[in-house]
Formats: sequence, C-alpha cells, structure tokens
Amino acid sequence: MSSNKKYWKSVDELHGDASIEALRQNEFVQEIPTDEFLGDKETLESTETTRRDFLKYVGFSTAAASLAACEGPVVKSVPYVVQPEQIIPGVADYYATTIADGFDFASVLVKTREGRPIKIENNDLAKAGFGANARVHASVLGMYDTKRAQFPTAGGEEVSWTDIDKGVVAALENGKKAVLLTQTFASPSTDKLIGEFIAKYPNVSHVAYDAAGEQFALDAFEIKYGFRALPDYDFGAAEVIVSVGADFLGDWNGGGYDSAYGKSRIPKNGKMSKHFQFEANMSLSGANADVRVPATPSQQKLIVQALAGGSASGLSEGVKAKVAQARKALLAAGSKGLLVTGVQDVSTQRIALDFNEGKVVMDTAKPKLTRSGDARKVMQLVKEMNAGQVGTLIMAGVNPAYSLPNADEFVAGLAKVDVSVACSLRADETAALSTHIAPVPHYLESWGDVQIKMGEVSLQQPTIKEIFNTRQFQQSLLNWMGVDKTYYSYLKETMSSAGIAFNKSVQAGVVETSAFAKAVTASNTSIASDAGLASTLQGSNGGFELTLYTKTSMGDGTQANNPWLQEMPDPLTRCTWDNYLTMSEADAKELGLWFDRSSFFTEARHDANGGLNGHYANVTVNGVTIEKVPVMIQPGQAKGSVGLAVGYGRKESIQEEMQTGVNAFPLMQNFQTTQSVTIEKVGGVHEFASVQQHNTLMGRGDIVKETTLEIFNTKDKHFWNAVPEVSKAHVEYEVTSPEVDLWEEFDRSVGHHFNLAIDLNACTGCGACVIACHAENNVPVVGKSEIRRSRDMHWLRIDRYYSSEDTFAQDDTKKEEFDGLGGDKGSLGGFGELEDPAANPQVAFQPIMCQHCNHAPCETVCPVAATSHGRQGQNHMAYNRCVGTRYCANNCPYKVRRFNWFLYNGNDEFDYYMNNDLGRMVINPDVTVRSRGVMEKCSMCIQMTQKTILDAKREGRKVKDGEFATACSNACTTGALAFGDINDKSSEIAELKEDDRMYHLLEHVGTKPNVFYQTMVRNTEEV
Amino acid sequence: MIQVKRQNSFSRILTLAAVVLLTLSSSLFAQDAPAADAKAGEALFKANCAACHKLYKPMTGPLLHQVSEKYDREWLYKWIKNSQGLIKSGDPLAVKVYEENGNKVMNSFPALSNADIDNILAYTDTPKPAPPVLDDGPVDVNQGGGVSNNLILAILGFVLLLLVAVLFLVNNTLNKFASAQGIEMPVEEKRKPIWKAFVENQFLVLVSVIFLLLGSAYFAYGWMSQVGVDQGYMPVQPIHYSHRIHAGENAIECKYCHSSARVSKHSGIPSLNVCMNCHKSIAEVAGPESEFSSVTEDYSKEFYDKEIQKLYKAVGWDEATQSYTGETQAVEWVRIHNLPDFAYFNHSQHVSVAGIECQKCHGPVEEMEVMYQYAPLTMGWCINCHRETNVKIEGNAYYEEIHEQLAKKYGVEKVTAAQMGGLECGKCHY
Repeated sequence: MSSNKKYWKSVDELHGDASIEALRQNEFVQEIPTDEFLGDKETLESTETTRRDFLKYVGFSTAAASLAACEGPVVKSVPYVVQPEQIIPGVADYYATTIADGFDFASVLVKTREGRPIKIENNDLAKAGFGANARVHASVLGMYDTKRAQFPTAGGEEVSWTDIDKGVVAALENGKKAVLLTQTFASPSTDKLIGEFIAKYPNVSHVAYDAAGEQFALDAFEIKYGFRALPDYDFGAAEVIVSVGADFLGDWNGGGYDSAYGKSRIPKNGKMSKHFQFEANMSLSGANADVRVPATPSQQKLIVQALAGGSASGLSEGVKAKVAQARKALLAAGSKGLLVTGVQDVSTQRIALDFNEGKVVMDTAKPKLTRSGDARKVMQLVKEMNAGQVGTLIMAGVNPAYSLPNADEFVAGLAKVDVSVACSLRADETAALSTHIAPVPHYLESWGDVQIKMGEVSLQQPTIKEIFNTRQFQQSLLNWMGVDKTYYSYLKETMSSAGIAFNKSVQAGVVETSAFAKAVTASNTSIASDAGLASTLQGSNGGFELTLYTKTSMGDGTQANNPWLQEMPDPLTRCTWDNYLTMSEADAKELGLWFDRSSFFTEARHDANGGLNGHYANVTVNGVTIEKVPVMIQPGQAKGSVGLAVGYGRKESIQEEMQTGVNAFPLMQNFQTTQSVTIEKVGGVHEFASVQQHNTLMGRGDIVKETTLEIFNTKDKHFWNAVPEVSKAHVEYEVTSPEVDLWEEFDRSVGHHFNLAIDLNACTGCGACVIACHAENNVPVVGKSEIRRSRDMHWLRIDRYYSSEDTFAQDDTKKEEFDGLGGDKGSLGGFGELEDPAANPQVAFQPIMCQHCNHAPCETVCPVAATSHGRQGQNHMAYNRCVGTRYCANNCPYKVRRFNWFLYNGNDEFDYYMNNDLGRMVINPDVTVRSRGVMEKCSMCIQMTQKTILDAKREGRKVKDGEFATACSNACTTGALAFGDINDKSSEIAELKEDDRMYHLLEHVGTKPNVFYQTMVRNTEEV
Repeated sequence: MIQVKRQNSFSRILTLAAVVLLTLSSSLFAQDAPAADAKAGEALFKANCAACHKLYKPMTGPLLHQVSEKYDREWLYKWIKNSQGLIKSGDPLAVKVYEENGNKVMNSFPALSNADIDNILAYTDTPKPAPPVLDDGPVDVNQGGGVSNNLILAILGFVLLLLVAVLFLVNNTLNKFASAQGIEMPVEEKRKPIWKAFVENQFLVLVSVIFLLLGSAYFAYGWMSQVGVDQGYMPVQPIHYSHRIHAGENAIECKYCHSSARVSKHSGIPSLNVCMNCHKSIAEVAGPESEFSSVTEDYSKEFYDKEIQKLYKAVGWDEATQSYTGETQAVEWVRIHNLPDFAYFNHSQHVSVAGIECQKCHGPVEEMEVMYQYAPLTMGWCINCHRETNVKIEGNAYYEEIHEQLAKKYGVEKVTAAQMGGLECGKCHY
C-alpha cells in the first residue's frame, strides 16, 4: 500500500491557499500582457499578415536577396565631357612642384593619375631642394584630409570671400597697428609681395616665426653675415664630421643632408668619411656615427669649446679622450673637417661658424633660407597684443596657440586683437580662436616659388584643382591691397622680371638664378649675442637636462592629422602613435621608472601579447609642468639627460584617433630646445605601440654583418664576410654551392632577373622608403591597438639593432666564447645578458622587406598555390587565390609577410583614410586594395617593373640600365637602396652583386634571396 | 445585260488637250533656266560644300535650300568662286552676307564652272522630301491576319478532347458488350514491377547513385562556374550608341574613339568632344530613302536622331546657333566589361605590342547594334589564349634577345605568350 505521506511545495500549498489552486489551473495568474507588445488588438486582428505569411515573406526575401547577390552590380563609367589633352586615363602624369610648409622644404615630382596626385617622388634636377623625407612623402595624403578648413568663416559662421576681404581691409585701413605673423616662406615673390603690402599699409609689420626653429644658428649667422639665414654644409665632401648635438640626419638646419652624407659613407678606394657624434638623445645621426659619445647639453657646450681649441676642463676623462681624438681627426682633415653643433646659444654657434669658415664643407655665400623666424620679435608681438596695441593680426602657416612656449599669453593677447585672420590649412588651435579663418590650399593646389638655398629657385604649381573653397595667402594679400591680379600672374611677372623663363622652369621645377640673392655683407645687425634669450641651462645640479627634438615622423606637428606619419615607427624607439620621455636605463632605475623584464609577480615591461609598457612621469620646467608623459628607456641616452619630441598633443581639427601624445612646446621656454627639468614619477602604466620588441642581435652576426674599415681594407673578404658552410658527407661546402641545395636550380639567366641591393653603410634609417612604400602599395593604416598586437601592415620595415656590448663585434665574440650552461661564460645567463642593450650601444639599421627568395620557403607550404615564383625573380602573391592559412608567414624566416586581419577600407573601426571618398583618392589604382583574410607582402613593386617593360616593348627597344625602380629605391636619396636587372651584366646592380661586401640575409638557410645586403663598415680604429 | 455607259467623246478630247498643254507648258518653262542637272549637282555639293553646308539646316555655313532664289545668280557665281575677293571689292551684299554669318570665311572655289554651280544650285533647290508616313503604332498581327492562332489552337484542343472522350466511350461500350455476351477478357499475369527489380539489384543501385552524384556534382560545378561570368551582358545605355553604324557601316577605326587603348591599360570610353568631331556636322542619320541609310526595321531614323539630340544635350551643343552653350552633363555609361579589381589587364600590351585585333576579345563589334560582352572574361579564357598565341616579335628590339634564348630553351621556333611568362600569377595579379 502506498504511503499517505503528503508532499507539499510551500506552506501556502499545505494550507490550501486559493492562489495556489489558481496557479494550478493557470500557470500565469495574471493575464499575460501580450497586447502591450503586439500593439492593440484591433489592428492586430485587422491585419492580413498571418504568422505563416510573415515566414513566407522572410523566406522569399532571403531567397531573393541571395539570388540578387549572384548578379554583378551595375558599374557606371563616366568619361570626361571634354578630355584634357595631357590626361590619358590609366597613364600617370608627373608634375614638378615644391613643398614649403614652414618646416619641410623640398623640390619634388608629383605623380598624378586621372588628375589626382597620388605619390611624391624626388626631383633629380633639384640640387638644394633634393631629397624628400618621410613627411614630404606623406604630405600627399594631407591634401585629402576631410578635417581641413573647407570654406572661409567669420566668428565660426561660413561667409563669402568678399565678407572676409571687407572685414580685413576695414581693419587695415583704420590705421591701428597690424602684424603679419607668418611661417618662413623663403619665397622671393612672397617677400616682394609682403614688401608691397607694407608699402600700401604702413601700419603693417611682418614677423616670421618658426615653431621649431634654429634661433641661435640664425642669430649667429646674422651677427656674422648681416641677414637671417643658415649656412649650408657639404657632408659629401667632408672627410671628418664632428657633430655636437646636431642631428643633421634629422631636422637640424632644416634637414636634407642624408643624400650627401650617405654617399660619403660608402667606402670607395678604401676610404670613407669618419663621423664623431656627441649628443644627449640617441638621434639618427648618433646611430649612424662611427664614434658616438653621450653628453648632456651643458657638456656639449664645453665640448664645442674644446674642439675649437679651448680648454676641456669640466669634462670627464672618457669624454676628454674622445674629444681629443675628434679634434685630431678634424685638424688632420683640414679643409674637409666639418664641425657642426646644435648647442642652444649664439656664442657656441659662432665658434662652429668660425671654425668652418673658409672650408669647402661650408657654404655661407649661398646659405639656406628655410628658417628665418625671430623669437624676440614674436615675444615682442605677444607683449603688444596683451597691451592691446595690435588691431589686426594676419597669420599664415603658423599655429602659435599650439606651438608657442607661452601659448597662454598668446591666446590672452589674441582676444584683445580686434581682427585676427588665420590663413591656415585647417581650423587649428590658433584659427579656432581667430575672428576670421581664410583657409589656404594645400601646396599641391598652389602656385609659388621657393628659394630653399640662395641661387636656386624651386617652383610650385598646382597638381589638382582646389578641393575646397580655399584661397592662397598671397592671393589674399593681393586682394586686400586692392590689386586686381591673380597670384599666378604676379608670380609670373616676378619671374620674368628676374629673367627666368617661366614655363620651362615650372616644367623642371627648379631654376638657378642669382636674381634674388642677398649680398653677404659684414655685420650690420642690431642683434647682440643672446639678447633676451639667455640659456636656462644650469648645468648638472641634480636635475635633468631635457633636449626637445622633432621626430622623424611628426616633425613640428604640422601634419599631425596624417595617419601614415602617426603609424610610421620611430627609427630608434620603433614606437608608433606616441611621443615619450626618453631616458637612460640608469636614470630610470634611480627614479623608479624602470620595469623589469617580464616576471610572474611584478608589473612587466611587456604584456602577455608582447606590447611594451612604460611608466608615467611629470616633467617640470620653471614651474611649467607637463603631466603624465610616458617614459621610454632609450639606450644611448646620456645619463642625466632626457629627451621629448614636440609636435604631438594636437587636438583642434585633428581626428580623434590622431590626437596622440603630449604637447611639449610649453617646455621650449625662451625658444631653447634644451632645458633644465625636474622629473617626478606618477602612477599608471602606459601602453606603447612598438613594432620591434627585440632590441639586440644577441650575437647573431650573420644578420647584420659588420666590420671595421681597417679590417675591410687589409683582410680578405672571406675573413669579414664569410659565406656560411655546411657539411655533406664530412666535406664542408659553402651554402651557396649547388652541392648542398635542397632544390633543383631553375635557369634564371633568360630575361630579366630583379635584385634589390641594400647598403647598410648608406642607410641612415630615415624611413622615407617606408612611407613611399605605403603610398605606392596602398598599405593600410591599422591604428595603435592593432600595432600593439603586432598586426602592423608595413611591407617594408627598418629593423634597428643595438649592440649588447659596446660594439656588435664584441657581441659576436661573447657569443662565440660561451662555454657550457652555467658559470661565467655560461650560455644560460649569457644569452639573457645579450638581450639587453648597452648604455651606449652601437646601432645598425636594416631595411627588411620580402627577400624574394629563389628557393622560397613560403611557396612550398601554400596549400592553394597562392604564392609562387616568377621568372623575373619576384615572389608573387595572388590575393584572390589566398585563403588565409598563414602557413607562409610561419615558414618565412624573415617575417615579412603581413596578414590582413580586417577589412581596413570602408570600416568604421579603422577610420583613417581609406574610410572616406576623399582619403581614398590617394589610392594607387594599379595596386589591388587587399581585403580581409589574405596574406600580403612586398611585391618588389611588380607594377612598376611591368610598366617599365611595357614601355620598352611599346617603343620597341631594350630596357636601359637605371630604368627599373621600386618605390623604396626611388625614395632613397642616400644610395642605400639600388634596384635593377642582374642579367644585364653592365648594370649597377650586377656590379653590386659581385661586390665583396655583398651578403644575403640568413644565408645559411639556403633561401637564395633576390634582396642582398652590403656589409656595414665602420670607420673605427680597434681599441 | 449590263450596259456600260460610254464616256462623252467631248470630255475625252478635253482631257487629252489638257494633258498635251500641260506637258508643253512645262517644257517651255524649263527652257528658261540653264539646263541643270540636280544629280550632278548633288555629287558636286557633297564633294565641295557638305563640309560646311546643309540643305535644310544651318551648319558652319548657312542652309542652302533655295539659295538661288535669295540671290542673283551672277552674284552667286562670283561669290562662290571667290567670296573674299568679292568682300574686299566692297560689294555691299557680300559684306552683308559675310557679317550676317559671323565673319566666317568661306573657301573659294575657282575650279567650279558656272555650269557646275548651276548644277549645285539645281540640287539645292530640290524640295525637302516629305518625311515618310509613320504607322500609327505596332500592327497587331492577331487583329489583322484573319483567324488568330490561339483560336485555332483552342479548336484543335477541343477536337482532341472530343476524340479522347469518344474513344473512352467506345471502349466502355465494347467492354459492356463483351461482358454481356460472356466473352472473357484475357487477364495479364502480374509481373514484378521494374522499380522493385531495380531496388533488389544492389549493383545497379550503387552504380546509379554514383552516376547521379557525379552528374549532379558536374552540373553544380558548371553552374557555379558561371557565377560572376557575364558573357552576353547587354545593358541598356543612356545613349543608344550603335557600333554597327559607326564601326561597321562607316568603318571608323576602333582606336579613333578608344584612342587610349594604344598607350594605356584602359581602352577608354571616348569623351564627348571626340563624338563632336563628327557629330558637329552630323545631326541626323540618313533616312531610309538614302542609299547610305543606316536605318533598320527596329530602329527608325527618328529614333537615331533623338539619340544624337541626347548627345547634343550632354555636350551642350546648340544646333540653332552652332555653338556650345557650356552647359554640360556627363554621360553615365553602363560599363560592360568588368574585370575584377584584382586582375590587371593592359590594353596597350595587347593592342600596340601584340597587335591583336580588338575583335578577338570583343567579338564582331562592327555588327553589334547594342554592345554586349562577347568573351567570358574568365581566367581560363585568358590563359588559353596565352597558351595558343605566339609572341609578336617582329620589329621589336625588346624581344630579340629574350626570344632567341627562350626559343632555344624550349626548342621551338616561335615562343608563346605562356612561355614568355604570361602564365605567372604576378603578371596579372598584384
């Protein structure tokens, strides 16, 4: 008999509550409010769509959509109504023009397709203006920037140009003081025009201002020669170069010295230039130097004095010895010994100027005119503005509200100016506060002339119709003067009155003329030494000495909204999307700003995903503090010194993604780039986006082969450039021997066979090739967080290696001498030590792109044969065939393959430049824009080699030597990258291939690459 | 029985007289003017005048219809032979005519004799032919041509149905007769159904399943290979441009309009100024009455003329004043040959270097009234051609050395595009 036990679920049930009974009958006691979500009952009932119908509709529409997807879209082709004569769709046109944005000056060629400028090339006809740097290469993207000022405004409202003109002319005519605050134009026509403008309105004065200028070098030159200019130097002719704090491979003296320097570094007939560098920050110049001595700015001043023959007291013994060595070499070189300095005071600049006087390596008769700003006048202007004396302020090409050290004062003064007009490319920090914005066109949309160096005028011509409603500053001046003339005709008149054939010069881009030369006369200046700009450096009194510098990628921040530049890795720190305080390891440890290598319990230098981390610090100069500056440990940074790049931290009219870093300009007090600072650690961990995690070579001398000039001159190449050997049946063979080859050799003697030569001696690491490759090959920008995940897409990278010992040779020796696991010479601890760079390491730059191996490991593992080899030596990549297994990247010993993780074009997550119609105009139509899920890599610019071949075929001739080129070899001005056909035995590349210094990267792997390197030779005597 | 009423002889004579009179009078009238030959005039007009003049419409020069009535004939002789001389001599009429027509200088034709000019004038005097009478609309075949096909079909169907019904009834009746008379119908022995036999034969099942699967795979593959292949794509264009008329009947060289095919990767759609090179003077097509007529049954003269008007509208050409208005409107053609973005194709390589006829890939364009995609444009199609086609090396110094070496290497006399490297992925995909 079953039990009578009563089971109950709740007390209510036990007691027989009514609600329980109701629940039993009906799961939901209250009526379910279906009406609420189904709308009111009536409409629901009256509707004819039943649930089944609804499903039918869904089914049909899905089917219809998928069927429709099988149909190709209708593509429209819209030809010109009247086709311009010189434009043939599909054929590029080149125009010579000149960039002069106040910071970068270069004579360039612009490649246009169907009327769109898409790439910058070097203008070989130019002398002084030759050599576009990375920023100039990237400037083409700056034109297609939606954040540019697109129409004139007054008080934030869009107005017509007539309104602007009326307002400005009225202000000019009321007689109150008016000031033209402009960038350095270095333009004869503009100078003439400003002169006429001042003649028309005598109440106008002109102040030139450079954000990151050469105040002291300009002063020194002016005191000695009577006008503001910079001496020009010939680094190619110099046999001994001694630089004290002058980063002449960077932006010192206006930059542009790579080409001559690089060529002087290639050993010819057993000779090459010798380069000493005394500096605080690790700069490009220091990285390329034969002898680099870390020295704080205050020491640098003493070093210059000592080098010029003064006393060396106050310097440490080690530095003294190096100074003596450098002085000896300088004197021995006589007229070919060059001393340059970036020390921030006039007297030191004078010493260098006097030292080089009369030598072939310095040219003061035809000086450079790319800087002319005078800080005293700017400071005077700010005072006058605050005193309410200035009625009208017209600004062109400057952004003082951002770049002045006393920007706050300037902003306060600006509010007291009745009419302020910003003739700027964008509504930047200054323009946003001005009463009027008169937007100017990009240099690729403008007419102009630029005298980069006295005696050579470079011409500017528009390469596209103005994209926005803009007007050139010079045109505005003409309009405000009431002259009914275009600036184009004004320019033409200036040129023809100087006896220059205008059309011919515009076509060539440059013309030599002495018509605009200024006479170099004896001192007739009012400047006394250092007037009003005394140094704030107080020597090493416990604080740090800061050197403000401009980064290779960002310059003075004019192009801060350029994603190519933001993502361009710094040549030395290899860091992107940031600026940071560079500090030596010893100082960082002292201040607690040091992260240990990853360990389980501590905060680590690297995240689990490899990303680099850093501490934050506050940097204070004279009571001005910049907060939360990330700290980057920089090997080679002089102890007691720190470095910080200007040009970051811009906010106004800058896209959110590009608002990176901190603004360091407030620290540039008295326009001094060196300052005494105090540094204080603050909490938090900064995440860097760095593309290279490995700092040293760890003794792997076969990656960067290096030797000294002495060994190079005296020993056989098998000693310093030995081909690795392998053993087969106990016989040693060189790996290049067919005897030990895994593959059967393919006959490559027929047709073209392309090779790329990279000379490690000539490569300065400037990165122009990286940006040129970006522009040519539509390489996408991926953004900071993707970079941190090691998903950078650069097809061409420039690896930077530090030595762990003082030299790479010592690294090799140390590794060779490892003996056993433990102990003094044990490899276990030894390799760990080799991972850390020395305090003052040697630096090597190595551009690496796809090596186009003849025996490519990537090709054999692709399951779908998407990557294959061509007879011409190129390793092909068929994107449409690639299924994205990434085997090839895994099997590549050089790690040059890049996987496209996302759809970078037209994707809101990657809102850089491929996301809007304007930005996409820069895309090269001859190269596929890759989609998500495919592997991509350097193609050795096959679109360019194929075009060269086709041109020759069409003209029925052979290809001439020098015709074949890649984007990187075209961009390289130092001669580090050479490209050509090695089957053409008379070509330069064939000769380079037979050179003694030639080696292949990781030769022992047996991949037989078509990219080869030239062993680096350092001009050092063995100690 | 029926009598025909004879015509009055008087009225017959009258009619005859009228005819004779009319004939005579017209011949008398003709004797007034010099005997001119309009046919010869037409030939002369086309050779000398048609570049600038039309009969019924102004072109570069004014329209010439009935110009002989406007001006004195002697004056016309002088004008045509040397208009500038006439103007310079100060002839007021000449100066007036010159100024009225926008000071455009007319060529001199001293070679024309007065008789020639008479002939031309005779031609210009020919009255404008009346436009051909248009049909009111498409002719409905069903309404006109007697009994419609549908009706016939319906009747036929009905008859067939009737037949089936009759046969059924007959069969039934016969069966009834048979059973009534006790005749036994032979019953067929029930055989094993064929499907059962099939199912029981496992081998056959296996074979047919394999066959079915393979067959469906084959068809599925074939079908999927067609995705994205638009062979025969023939979109409607904003302006009906007839390649048949231009490339076919008028035999205009392809590269006259598609000039960039010689030097560029794109063949280029001609800009409208290229059209106007000819269409400045060709405002209408020749009608069906002309020996040069391009009109077909499907496309009438009016249709084509309307299309030319579309061109004029787009390019901003005012026919009345023979000048550009400056109001232009780009034509959005529908692109027919769409290669995917990842495939690189260069026209100049094929057209200029290899010397391939356009028709090889684009088909008989000169016969196409509406342009369509002739070739499949698939990779297999490209590759096949590269395999079969020899490289054209004649007279091209670029190929000399490489061809000699490759021919030796492959042991052939002529190297194909494939042997030259035309099959390598990177030649078309980068």
